[in-house]
Amino acid sequence: MLPNFKYVRPGSVEEAIDHLTSEGARVHAGGTDLLGCLRDNVFGALKVVSINALDDLRGIRQTPDRGVRIGALATITQVENHELINERYKGLAMGASEVASPQLRNQGTIGGNICQKPRCWYYRGEFHCIRKGGNLCYAFGGENQFHCIFGSDKKCCIVHPSDIAPALVAFDARVRVSGHKGDRLVPIEKFYVLPGEDVERETVLEAGEIVTEIILPPIIEGTRSSYRKVRARRSWDFALAGVALALVLKGGKVESGRVVLSGAAPVPWRSHTVEKVIIGQKLDSKTITRAAETAVHNAEPLAKNSYKIPLFKAIIEEELTKIAIG
Amino acid sequence: MKKQLLSMNVNDETIEVAVEASASLLEVLRDELGYIGVKEGCSEGACGACTVLMDGRPVRSCLTLALEAEGSSITTIEGLASGGQLHPIQQAFVDRGAVQCGFCTPGMILSAKALLDHNPNPSDEEIKDALAGNFCRCTGYAKILDAVCSLRPASSSKPGR
Ligand SMILES: Cc1cc2nc3c(=O)[nH]c(=O)nc-3n(C[C@H](O)[C@H](O)[C@H](O)COP(=O)(O)OP(=O)(O)OC[C@H]3O[C@@H](n4cnc5c(N)ncnc54)[C@H](O)[C@@H]3O)c2cc1C
Ligand code: SF4
Ligand code: FES
Ligand code: FES
Repeated sequence: MLPNFKYVRPGSVEEAIDHLTSEGARVHAGGTDLLGCLRDNVFGALKVVSINALDDLRGIRQTPDRGVRIGALATITQVENHELINERYKGLAMGASEVASPQLRNQGTIGGNICQKPRCWYYRGEFHCIRKGGNLCYAFGGENQFHCIFGSDKKCCIVHPSDIAPALVAFDARVRVSGHKGDRLVPIEKFYVLPGEDVERETVLEAGEIVTEIILPPIIEGTRSSYRKVRARRSWDFALAGVALALVLKGGKVESGRVVLSGAAPVPWRSHTVEKVIIGQKLDSKTITRAAETAVHNAEPLAKNSYKIPLFKAIIEEELTKIAIG
Repeated sequence: MKKQLLSMNVNDETIEVAVEASASLLEVLRDELGYIGVKEGCSEGACGACTVLMDGRPVRSCLTLALEAEGSSITTIEGLASGGQLHPIQQAFVDRGAVQCGFCTPGMILSAKALLDHNPNPSDEEIKDALAGNFCRCTGYAKILDAVCSLRPASSSKPGR
């Protein structure tokens, strides 16, 4: 049973924003994460604001500068199957195809996916931890096999659950956020908040703000991309470890690009150390081995998740090798 | 709180029902309207027992607010058989021994239907992918796969591995 709330389905973004400024209002897109959180009492809701009548937020299309605009309400299935995305932003299509199960991909939206709440079992359970406004993290001394190895800031060791956000970071996407004060375009890397900055929020979204679209910049000639995810069960599961790559190769060398880890940190984790090792280099086996080694250099595994260290090394090595072959 | 009026089409029948804003589609279909073929397993989106088709697409009815179904067409397992005849997918499940306790069966069949409706000749891989969100505790999946494979045109009766 869900707690009782009011349900509204506004017909315009402005109206939605008005509703969302009221106390206890929550955005509802596909509802697949929201309903889980409400049922588990992770947070409450006095008003559920369904944005599903906002047709402007649907659709995937090319922008005038040959980038791609993905409406916040595009379903994960639509992202996974879209021709332009498969052609140019392969890593994003691969990330989308790794999300949950087919039913959930039909129902879940890209906006909801990048705004989804952590899956830490204490957080989803009855523990009033720091992230929920309490004063303790139960995972540091508890069952932390699915928690992070980077970026906990000694406060909260969740991993960011999304398989899509890492690919969006790899492609340097921007998120359009709309609120009372108007619109802003936030680079997706800056969209996420580390526990050290504010442990009670995952994103920079303020009350009354919604994500309306995601903008992918035009693809640079020579870009190769991929997303790799390791999980415990094949049917559906969140990432134990994952890596999104978007690298620009020219004349056999990596000219630029990004390496982003999932299942690693409270936010999609850009591995600047790996990027430094490979940029300007040929992707030969020596460089790849060194990249994989450095990726986990400053990791801080917890009591039960040091298995992630060899896992990350292995998938980074494998994925870089695949990218090198093309 | 005041109930809100929901109007939707269930198995080709137009239905109007007053629901709580917080009621899930699963609760309304099962408890208010008596479609008990819609099963409640995990209530958290994991098991697929609550799968129904919404405008032809399989969704988790446990993670869908009933009011979100406004204006849409819902198919539950009750809508498949017609004139006392089982739907071919149902018949194949029976013939191939793909039903044991039966709890997963409605969701499994509806996911299979959504697949076969838009892809009548799926590969083994495509079948496994389409059913990946439906858990079965009894059959070990082999016979379910067998049943769906048998529905492909000119199917050989054995699923490939
Ligand atoms: C069993 C299960 C397995 C899963 N496995 C995976 C997985 O392997 N990989 C993965 O990446 N995800 C996984 N997920 C998460 C799933 O992908 C998300 O639930 C889904 O993407 C959320 O989209 P939605 O549209 O349903 O969001 P909703 O549930 O509607 O919203 C999610 C959150 O975001 C907020 N929100 C939604 N849209 C907006 C918007 N436009 N602007 C601002 N805030 C918004 C809501 O208020 C809510 O807090 C899984 C979920 C389940 C239930
Ligand atoms: S890891 Fe974060 S969400 Fe989980 S118990 Fe600790 S503070 Fe809470
Ligand atoms: S009851 Fe809905 S997925 Fe398990
Ligand atoms: S037949 Fe029993 S759960 Fe599938």
